[in-house]
Formats: sequence, structure tokens, C-alpha cells
Amino acid sequence: MAEKRRVQFIVNGDKAEVYCSPRESLLEALRDHLYLTGTKEGCNNGNCGACTVQLNDRIVDSCLVLAVECEGDEVLTVEGLAGENGLHPVQQAFLEHAALQCGVCTPGFLVASKALLDANPNPTEHELRYFLAGNLCRCTGYDKIVHAVMAAAQTIQENE
Amino acid sequence: MAADKQYRVVGTRPIRHDGVDKVTGEARYGADIHLPGMLHGKVLRSPHAHARILRIDTSKAEAHPDVKAVITGVDLPQVADKVQDLGEMVVNLKDESNRILATGKVLYEGHPVAALAAADPHTAEEALKLIDVEYEPLQPVLDVRKAMEPDAPILNPNQRTSGIGAGDGKPSNLARHFRHERGDIERGFAEADAVIEREFITSMIHQGYIELQNGTAHITPDGRLTIWCSSQGAFSIRDQVANICNIPLSMIKVVPMEIGGGFGGKTGVYLEPLAALLAKKSRKPVKMTMTRAEVLTATGPTSGSYIKCKIGAKKDGTLTAAHVELYYEAGAFPGSPVGAASGTCLAPFKLDNVRIDGYDIVVNKPKTGAYRAPGATNAAFATEGVVSELADQIGMDPIEFRQKNAVQQGDRRADGPLFSKIGHVETLEATAESPHWNEPLEPSSDPAKKRGRGVASGFWFNGAGAATASISVFADGTVSLIEGSADIGGHRASCAMIAAEVLCLNAEDVKPQVGDTDSIGYTSVTGGSSATHKTGWATHEAALKVKAEVVNRAAKMLEVDPDEIEYHDDATLSAASKPDAKLTFAQVAARANSTGGPIVGEAGLSTGGAGNAFGTTIVDVEVDVETGKVDILRCTTVQDVGKAIHPSYVEGQMQGGAVQGIGWALSEEYVYSGEGRLLNASLLDYRMPTTLDAPLIETIMVEVANPAHPYGVRGVGEVPIVPPVAAIAEAIYNATGVRMYQAPMNPAYVLSRIQGKA
Amino acid sequence: MKDIEYAAPRSLDEAAAILNERGSRARPLAGGTDIIVQVREGCRDIDILVDVKKIPELSAVQFNRDEGLTLGAAVPCYQIYNNAEVAQAYPGLIDAAILIGAAQIQGRASFGGNLCNASPAADTICPLIVHSAVCSIYGPDGSRAVPVEEFCSAPGQTVLKQGEFLVSIALPPPKPSAAGRYLRFIPRNEMDIAVAGAAAYVELENGMIGSARVALAAVAPTPLFVAEIGERLAGQDITDETLREAGEIARAAARPIDDMRGTVEHRKELCAVLTRRALKGAIERAQENA
Repeated sequence: MAEKRRVQFIVNGDKAEVYCSPRESLLEALRDHLYLTGTKEGCNNGNCGACTVQLNDRIVDSCLVLAVECEGDEVLTVEGLAGENGLHPVQQAFLEHAALQCGVCTPGFLVASKALLDANPNPTEHELRYFLAGNLCRCTGYDKIVHAVMAAAQTIQENE
Repeated sequence: MAADKQYRVVGTRPIRHDGVDKVTGEARYGADIHLPGMLHGKVLRSPHAHARILRIDTSKAEAHPDVKAVITGVDLPQVADKVQDLGEMVVNLKDESNRILATGKVLYEGHPVAALAAADPHTAEEALKLIDVEYEPLQPVLDVRKAMEPDAPILNPNQRTSGIGAGDGKPSNLARHFRHERGDIERGFAEADAVIEREFITSMIHQGYIELQNGTAHITPDGRLTIWCSSQGAFSIRDQVANICNIPLSMIKVVPMEIGGGFGGKTGVYLEPLAALLAKKSRKPVKMTMTRAEVLTATGPTSGSYIKCKIGAKKDGTLTAAHVELYYEAGAFPGSPVGAASGTCLAPFKLDNVRIDGYDIVVNKPKTGAYRAPGATNAAFATEGVVSELADQIGMDPIEFRQKNAVQQGDRRADGPLFSKIGHVETLEATAESPHWNEPLEPSSDPAKKRGRGVASGFWFNGAGAATASISVFADGTVSLIEGSADIGGHRASCAMIAAEVLCLNAEDVKPQVGDTDSIGYTSVTGGSSATHKTGWATHEAALKVKAEVVNRAAKMLEVDPDEIEYHDDATLSAASKPDAKLTFAQVAARANSTGGPIVGEAGLSTGGAGNAFGTTIVDVEVDVETGKVDILRCTTVQDVGKAIHPSYVEGQMQGGAVQGIGWALSEEYVYSGEGRLLNASLLDYRMPTTLDAPLIETIMVEVANPAHPYGVRGVGEVPIVPPVAAIAEAIYNATGVRMYQAPMNPAYVLSRIQGKA
Repeated sequence: MKDIEYAAPRSLDEAAAILNERGSRARPLAGGTDIIVQVREGCRDIDILVDVKKIPELSAVQFNRDEGLTLGAAVPCYQIYNNAEVAQAYPGLIDAAILIGAAQIQGRASFGGNLCNASPAADTICPLIVHSAVCSIYGPDGSRAVPVEEFCSAPGQTVLKQGEFLVSIALPPPKPSAAGRYLRFIPRNEMDIAVAGAAAYVELENGMIGSARVALAAVAPTPLFVAEIGERLAGQDITDETLREAGEIARAAARPIDDMRGTVEHRKELCAVLTRRALKGAIERAQENA
């Protein structure tokens, strides 16, 4: 067996450490070692976006990152979106616009949507759809997700 | 309660009660379970579509130090040849047992052959390689027409055709042939001015829920089994496990975890019995989750089909006769949704002369499961396609044509039953008046891009069934609601709203949750678009009991007769004889323990009276005539929703169904090799619509209340998937002048049709 | 997933030593978007992943208008399209960078990884070929250079020898009145593997086509450079007929197979259409870039 490794990184602003084998993904480290089960597995090969997390400054599919690659990195998951002032505007907008049904793709959509709005505070519908194309939702038909992210963009701008 | 009544809470759009948990990652789905000492189970699956199992040797796996239990088909108890109703599907337990773990033969790629549990999932997966299985591969049969040929390989030598053609005694892949017949179709076709007969083919497709199947089991030394899983109905899972594993149902508790989509595909058990057996053998909790490839190859996709459809009409648009032949893939065991297909395919049309033949045929593919209006979409693709062609041929507007033939209350459905109050005429009228239908479609400036508009209708029965709801009053004047239906699309919020409506509280004052099988009464599966209908109704009855008890307690507190108490819309109570002594619901709640004890209300009902649903979809497409690519430019879905309890989630059902229909129409299909191996078992190549593949979906909710239901509810979840495939075919025809007879209408097919090659 | 080891060398020599020692049992790890899936799903049997992202040469992007672009093999797509100068100079590369996977994949996947994965359907390889890109390879015997069109030898296989790995990809400096365009055909609008793809690069002279290069994706065992198109187009006027002819040469050159993603007939048809459209797009860009 390959030697297990200790990986130290920052998760949602806090120091975290996992002791894992090289074959374990960042997704497994989050869910099975740190019990942060908000991040979901939907395909385990980078085609559904349910496991989306932010790794340093980019969103990634956490199923396609080995945990051992993340030494010293900063990871943001859905559990880290809400802050001292309550829900992030994207979370609030998903609630107000009924942008979730079963909710299992929602964590990935929220992390991706936040990243989109951080980079592009005022996206067009097409830009938004392009950025979120790696996140599959089977329940909503995307309509209410699009409306929610647009609404969140507006809220964020109004708050600034 | 009158259906046109103005409500305080029903019909508003509060934030769903489970919403915060679902946007923060707090909500716990089946795979989120971690138990102390838990093992991980994996399934060894057949690489062959059809083979005899000659030998299974598990000794090497059992000798592995990290493997704690191994099971094969012999570990499953013998079960009787007995039928069980899963809500949307009826199954045979012997077949079910064989589906859970094969004995004798494997009948599809991915058919489970053995399972084991080990300390971690990677070890378990690797240890599967230590199980040695010797197969004798057999010729597979993958196509319904080939499966019915006299020399076809036979899946089950004990299977004889039932229904029409039964009795020749020969083994057959045709499990059942049935016929619905009324009037005289020969005379009807003779009276027609135009008769069109076409053949349609649709591919097997998958529900595509994002959450993978999962199940975790723990069994105590005294034999009490607890299962945590994501399903469409905890009670149904309990009963299936009880039957398959031969455990008394009272010894099983199923804890419903949040479910990440089902669409019909999570009514049957897959991993739960295996996890239970492995837990029993290892005496440890065992968790199992599928990979996406396992979900696609070996759960319950919906049938591919071959359909022949012949319909006649007079010049004035009156339909004179229809004959539809439906050949549906059941998968490895009988039980395709062809029965539902036969009841839905001609339902929108008034017809006196009808013959519908249904064929349920086994093939070497996974046993089909329910998928949103099971069977109806395939069939509507055929019948609506021929109807559109007829309308075109006699030169009539397609909506006018449908209006001319539209069924209403009192008409007889093509397969026999009489319609009660329905809203098909109203939805067609709303379609004709919609902004979409009345705004012209601008042509593209690119000569390679042709645009067209199509319209089609669809029908779904909707279901009812048994349901339980229990309401307890908190001392602060809010209430808890426990209900038994698995919540997939947000009906928990609708039930809470109904409780709030009855008790004159705010939606936020009700705290709903889905109970486990030991803590709430039996509730049938969330299927057939039944949950809001039946569990909403049970909630209504439970709330009425609470309301009556609150009135009693108020009477006690005010020292008046309960008949004198008036319960006001603002949740205050008063008595005419005590004008100065108004009580609030919260005040009554706070005194409950001293006025007679906790206030609770529970209702268990076997509901009937599901109102049928009709929907119509308008769609605009743009076809790249050089590549065959089809893009959806605009889509409107119009539906009789009865009464929208929470309109946002009703719209969500309509939009989600429409986009699933878009995927079915354009890009989703099971691609099998000649040997019966699924070639596209990933979400890369099983192509569900992405954000860029669907436009915003316009919704028009028509409310023709269901008179049988206290709020007029009709199921809303399923019918929106029925019309889109046919509507898109019609839009492509409108754009290119070429008719579509295959789903999906993938680019290669569309281009070959445009170029006149297919 | 099978048990694997992981190493993260910090220098070219360190990486070459590990890769040489472990031979075919080792594989470099850049963005991991292909290799992790292949190992997990048992399509590639290896014992060790060698993470090359910590080697400076593999993570660098160097560009100036005189010397051109040197793209470290592990540079993820987003760093390419977010680099305004590179995006402006090589729009034909950006076409590929923005359509590989979605944002999550583009945060990890690299052109170098896409090249070494050597899929016939790879989206970056054809644009690199038409831009006359050259691979810089390092190994136990030092460095060597190989044109991208010669890099892939079969599906999933490259000319890399034991211990060798891709360090960077060099593109010639951008020229005025020249540009590239890459188009791929997929059934959906994102997230699919190309059914067919066409990359074109043209240099205009006096309003005519001075030279042109076209390469096709997913229609041969390796990305297919179609030299005949360049030969036919050199010195020609820009007319619909010329572009149509180029498309027909592409159709004839394509040697596709039937598989779950497309049919022979559809792929050949797409080659003709995409080649024509990609050339038209490249010409329009070159005209804007006069």
C-alpha cells in the first residue's frame, strides 16, 4: 500500500488536517475525513459539478483533485458560504426564487455562482449559463436558478 | 371547501422550510451517513448482457483480511412468485429477488452477482476482483422486435405470454399482450378523409437524478434492522426489503434521508437488501453507494419502444379512428409501463373507434423503472406526431385541431374510463391565447439556420393512495408536522402551508418533517404525482382535528360551550358571550397541558379522487441544416394544475419536466454495443441538458380545481414531460419540412433526414 | 480506485529521474482531469502519479510579440484565456481554452495535459497544430523539440520515450493579417467531447490567402493535419467556392469511425462544414487584424 500522508490545508477559513492515502480525492477528504458532507458526489468524473468547491482562487470539481495535491491550499465549500451576517446573497436568492427542488446539486451551484459573481458581478444570462454549464440540475430546468443568480448579482451590487 | 375560495396561505410563495438546510449543506442525504465502525459495501456485476453463471468462487475474497462479509444469490431467501405494488409499478417478488442478486443466469450488463463489505470503499472495490465467476455467455437480445421473433434467444425459459396469445405454451420474451378496443376502427378509417400511419422508435433513457443510489444498514444482535436511504417512499422500501430478505416488517425501520431526485427511479430497492444482508453477516453497519456508471447500467431506466400509430380524420378535423400498437422494452424482467402508455396515448382526443395493443417484452437490458409519467412520453411522441401530421394535411391550425377533438368531463377515455372534471379544453384555450403562440417567430439571418414552432399536448392520470400526517402544537403557538411522504420537489412546504391554512397560522409557524417508518403511519410512495394530493389531504384532516381541539380548549379556558367559539382568520378565538375575552392560538397552546394535555391531531387516509392532468407545450427551435443540430429558442408549458398550493414549486415541476423532455427529444439515449454493453455509461456521454441547452421556460398555470380534493389539487409533476418530444418534432418539421420518427432527434438523425437518407 | 503513489518533484531533473525509474508504471499529473478518471476507472494501469505542477518551467506562461508564446505544459486553461495579451494574439487557442469542460475543468485542465492524453478528439491539439506549435520535451537525455502535429502517435499514445515528459509548448510570434479559429461540433452546447472539430489558421496577403493550415479532430486515430488544404488555398482569392473546396478536401481526408459519439457519415459531413466555417472565421479575424 502507498504510504498515507498528512495533508494540512485551510477549509472554510479554518486549519484542517487529513491523513489519507494518495488515491483519495479532495471530495473524499472533505466528506469522509472532515465530515463536511455538503459537497456531493454525482458522477466522480467531472461531468456534473455536484462536488464543486473553490480551491484557492478557482472553482474545481473536487472529485478530480487528489487530497494530497492540496497541501497548503485554501478550500471553500458550501458550508463556508454563510458568514457572520447570515446567508450569502446567492443562498438567500436560491431560497427566495425557489431555485432548488431536491437540493443535491444546490451546493455545487452555490459555490460556482458565488465564484461567478466574484469575478463578474453583472453577468448576462448567457455568461451566467456558460459559467454554470458544468453544474447539472435535473429538477429545475435551470430557469429559477438563472433568475436566482441574476437576483443575487443585483443584491450584491445594491449592498456595495 | 370551495375550489375558488380565496386562501390566506395556499397559493402564496413562502420560503420552503427545508430550504436553509439545503443551501448551507446541512441537509443530510443518504450518502451523508457516517456510523461508528461502518463498513463499505460494493457489488460485483455481470460484464455480460446474457450469460449462464456456471460457478462463483468467493473464497479468495473471503480470505482477504479487510473483507468482512461476502454474499451471492444463495444468501437471499427463497421468495414466492408474488406480486407487489410499488405505487407506480407492479413487480413480482421472485423477479425482484433475482434482480437484487442473480441466480442461475445474468440478464443484463451490470446485473448483480455478488457483494462484499470491507473497511473502506477502495478496498471493497479492489476485493471484488478476488471473486471468481465463470460464465457461459449467451446471445443477448436487445430490440423488442427481434425479441419477438420465433428464434430469438429466450431470457426466461419459464416465461409464457399472458393475455392475448396466451396458451400456446411456448417460452416467449413477450410477457404480455393486451388490447383496449371500442367501436369499429375499420368503419372509422373508412369514414376518414385522411388516414396517416407511421412508425416511431424511441431509445431507453434514464431519469438522471443527480444523487447516486445509496443504502446503509445496521442490524442489532436481536435482529432489529435500520436502513438509512434516499428513496421515494420509506414504507415501500421497508416492505420490499422485508419481502426480499424475509424479515418481518416490524423488525425493520427505514429512515428517510433527503433524496436527491428520483423521478420514479427511486421507488424500487437496489442496494438496501444487499446492505442488510452484509450488515447481518458482518455484524457491522454497512454503507453502499453506487457509482454513476452503476446507476446508468443497472438501475431502472425507462423503456425504449417501437410504436405503430394509425389515425384517421375528416376534412373538418373530426378524428374518426385510431389504432396504436405499443411495443415496450421491459428490460430483463416483465413490467414495462406499456399499460400506462395505452391509457395516456390517445387520452386528449374524443374517439369512438379505437384499438390499442400493448406488448410488454423482456430484453437484455436493466429492468425498467418508472420515469415521470412512465410510458406516456414515448406514446405521445407517436400519437401527437400523427395528429400534427393530420392537422397539417387537412390544413388546420394544430391547436384548433386539438380543440375540435378535445375531451371534456363525461367523455370516455380512449381505453375506456369516463373523465371526471378535467381542464384540457381550458389549457388549449390558454395555449392559443398565450404570448408565445401569438408572437411571430423571426427567421434567422444565417441561411444555414432554419426556425420552426411546434405544439403538442399530453395526459397523465395522476395517483392518490394512503398517507398519514401528524400535527403537534408547541407551547409557543407554532406546530410540528410529521408526514410520511418522501419529499422530492418541495411538497413538505405545501403540506405545511395547508396546515397553516387550516389553523390560520403563517406558513413559517409550521415545522414540517418527513418521519421514519416507526414514527408515522403508513404512507405510499411519492409517485404518480400523488404526494401533495394525498399527504396534503391527510395534513388537512389532521389540522382540522387540531383546530377542533384548540376550539375545545379555548372553550374550557373561556368557560363557554365549544359551539360558541369562533376561530378567526388571524388565529384568535372568541365567544360571543364573552366579548372582552379574546384568546390567541398561542395562548391556548401555552395552556394545553393544563387544559387537557398536549394538543395533537393525526390523520391516516386512503385517498382516491386524483384529478387527471393535461398539459400543452409550445416550442421554437432553430435547426442548423448543415450539421443537424437543434437548439431550443423558446418554450412555454401550459398545464391544468388544479390548484397551485405553492405556485413556485408547481412552476418548478413544469419547467423541470419540460427540460427533461428537451433532453429526451434531442440528446439522451442508451447506446448499446451488439453484445449488450452500455457504451455511454457516464454523464459525459449520457447527455442531459446543461444550462446552455434550454431557454427560460415560460409557464402558464391553468387552475381547473379537482372537485374531489379539499383544495382542488391535481398532481403536477409528471404531465409536463409528456408533450415536449412531440412538440419539438413538430417544430423541427416546421423549420425544415422533414418529419421526425425517432427519439432522440440527435444531429446525425436530423441531418440524415434533411438530406433524405433516413 | 487502485492504490497509487504520489510524488511532487520540484525540478525537471527530479521529475525525469522518477519517471525514468518507474517507466510505464508512472504518469505525470498536471490538471488531472483525464488521468485521475482513467486511473479511477481502470483504463490506465499505473502505480505512481508524478505531480508536475510544482516545477517552475511547467507552470510558466511567457509571451512577447517578438518571440511568441511559451506555454508551460501544466498551465490551466483559465490562465491562458485570462491573459489579455495572449488572448488577443492567439484567438484561435482561446476558442479551445474556453470550451474544454466548464469553469471547474478549466481551472485545472492544461493544454499540455490535453496533448499528452493524446485523444483524437482533443480540443487543444488541432489549434496548436495550425499555429505551428512545437513541443519542448525533457528527459534523461536532455531536451528535444517535436512539432505538435508529430507528437501523437496513436489514440492515447505519444512520441514520449521512457523518462521523458512535456515541459512546454512554443508558438511562433503572432503576425499581422493572420489568425486562427477552432470550431467543434457537439450535440449539446457544452460539456461534450467533439464529434468532430476543425482548426484553421490563415495568413492573408494582399487580400488573398497567403497560406493556410487546417487540422481536424475526432476523425482519425490522431489529430489530423490536412496539408492538402493549405496547398490548395495558398494564393487563392477568398470566395465561397474556395472555402467549399477546402471543406471537400477535409471530408475526403477524414478517416472517422462509427462510435457512440458519431457516425462516419455525419463526421465526414461535419468536417466539410466545420472546415469551411473555421476558415471563414479565421479569415474574418485576420482581416480585422490587418
